[in-house]
Amino acid sequence: MASGLHDSEFKNPVIRWVDSRLPVFTMMQKEYGTFPTPRNFNYFWNFGALAMVTLAIMIATGIFLSMNYTPHTAYAFDSVERIMRDVNYGWLLRYVHMNGASMFFIVVYIHIWRGLYYGSYKAPRELLWMLGVVIFILMMATAFMGYVLPWGQMSFWGATVITNLFSAVPIVGDSIVTWLWGGFSVDNPTLNRFFSLHYLLPFVIAGVVFLHIAALHITGSNNPLGIDPKGPQDTIPFHPYYTVKDSVGLIVYFIVFAGLVFFVPNMLGHPDNYIQANPLVTPAHIVPEWYFLPFYAILRAVPDKLGGVVLMFGAIAILFVLPWLDTSPVRSMRFRPITRIFLLLWMVNFFVLTWVGAQPAEGIYVLIAQFATAYYFAYFLVVLPLAGRVERPLPLPESIARPVLRGGGMMPVGAAAKPMEKA
Amino acid sequence: MRGLRNLAGALVLGAATLMGAAPARAAGEAIALPPVNFSFEGVFGAFDRASQQRGFQVYKEVCSACHGMRLLSYRNLLEIGLPEAQVRAIAAEFQVVDGPNDQGEMFERPARLSDRFRRPFANEQAARAANNGAYPLDLSVIAKAREGGADYIYALLTGYTEPPEGFQLMEGMHYNKYFPGHQIAMPSVLNDGQVEFADGTEASVSQMARDIATFLAWAAEPELEARKAMGVRIILFLTVLGGLTYAVKRKIWADVKGH
Repeated sequence: MASGLHDSEFKNPVIRWVDSRLPVFTMMQKEYGTFPTPRNFNYFWNFGALAMVTLAIMIATGIFLSMNYTPHTAYAFDSVERIMRDVNYGWLLRYVHMNGASMFFIVVYIHIWRGLYYGSYKAPRELLWMLGVVIFILMMATAFMGYVLPWGQMSFWGATVITNLFSAVPIVGDSIVTWLWGGFSVDNPTLNRFFSLHYLLPFVIAGVVFLHIAALHITGSNNPLGIDPKGPQDTIPFHPYYTVKDSVGLIVYFIVFAGLVFFVPNMLGHPDNYIQANPLVTPAHIVPEWYFLPFYAILRAVPDKLGGVVLMFGAIAILFVLPWLDTSPVRSMRFRPITRIFLLLWMVNFFVLTWVGAQPAEGIYVLIAQFATAYYFAYFLVVLPLAGRVERPLPLPESIARPVLRGGGMMPVGAAAKPMEKA
Repeated sequence: MRGLRNLAGALVLGAATLMGAAPARAAGEAIALPPVNFSFEGVFGAFDRASQQRGFQVYKEVCSACHGMRLLSYRNLLEIGLPEAQVRAIAAEFQVVDGPNDQGEMFERPARLSDRFRRPFANEQAARAANNGAYPLDLSVIAKAREGGADYIYALLTGYTEPPEGFQLMEGMHYNKYFPGHQIAMPSVLNDGQVEFADGTEASVSQMARDIATFLAWAAEPELEARKAMGVRIILFLTVLGGLTYAVKRKIWADVKGH
């Protein structure tokens, strides 16, 4: 080995030459080849990979869409329709991009719920979790600005409503809104900057995803039992075991995705967004995209504007401190009989918020939204801090490979021990 | 498998919520649209060419007096099966403004295949001035821009009735069962036998409404047939690929444990 060169283990002379100078092959082999991974993942562990693939799809389709899109209030709507009609496979690019946003949120919501259920946010993965929350916030900003670009009625009025939220900030609120708009209403400067940021933010997301994965590969993955691997008998190499398992999930995911794109491409959108933006005509109901509905419901649950805005942002910000709100050292909800029920209720409650966010803010719906909002926060602020003190967790298995329990705890299906020769 | 069951449960619950959220947005206009059963519905749906052509004829002879379709070009009519010579002749019936010429003047010439459909009014103000202040909408994407799509268009065109007892109809407005608020500025424009179809189809109001709805559905989603055909092939391919991948996964995992 020449001094200063990486000692590469690759035999192929070209790969070896590159790898000794820039050990990317060694890195890939270490992080995605032999990377020791808990042997007991279930299919919920597909969703990180699915999210990454979706990000790649969104960036790829988005780059080609932007080649044919005109960010001007007078031309934006028609340029999108031109993509649908005259650009070769433009309809495919646009419907994939449009429904890709919905699929991205479905995947990320399931990814987050998995983290909540199996305690993936707990030590030592706090920073990993917080980076995930950053990605989630960036995604929401990107999706919101992307929805404005076709310049339909919901684009315009959604942008007006959401940017106006900042006017709730005391004293400087109105100035902030003017600054965001680049004028005195949502108009051409707003559309221009939203287009610019919508193109920029996905690359910021990609950067934070890199950090998210870097942090993951320091602590290693959590697993459905929530206990640390005790040795090589508890882990298997990432490749081929999880590359093939992720592939199975990916194809199922693509089938669902294709079902949306090819057969009901506008099901999750709003018909009003095929009406060109008109500042003089307000739609009867201004509704955000479905993936914002839970937070929209929280916003509207509070009669006070500033209070609603604080709660809505608080609903996401609270995830940052979740690792310290949960006082139990047990990660997986499989071993937390009481908290498990509260968390499953929290997930049902999330669907309730989604549903009530689409209803008009009147009568019984306001009451439902208020109860659901209260429970959303109560889980984090009351249940988790208390449960760690009063709940008696079930006995944890000795190890992933030998989860046979003394004292008769819950035994995961199909986890019976058999010595593992691989790894 | 346990994870798989959980996952399936979560997906079903999620889908149910989305389904619940979608129609809820239409709350307020609770009138059910009559089912029309268009040929382009469903996984294998395709447009009925004859119906599209009749729909275009109704648009040209009736609707286009007030409604533009600015996103369509005459060349698009080739896609509904009209022969090129006929489409060229249709385009040439319309005078469009072109220019400026070498003298710096705008001039009129017969439309070509590449021209957009000529608009009935120069601008919104002119349209309103000619229509009692009401603005006849552009119909290019109307089938995508209304809850119910083609079904709604059919319902609207066949939904003109006498207002119920005690209904206060405003001056110059017309009662329609399916229009939100029931007061629509557009009068009932379709009458039995109003157009003469070349293929001998009887031009009843419901037939014309059905044809125009088909034509507008195509105008809004001209990619529909290509999209569905591609979707069927892609999902078949993915299903086979998924089966093979799952078999590979089973084989690779066979020596790990009772998965």
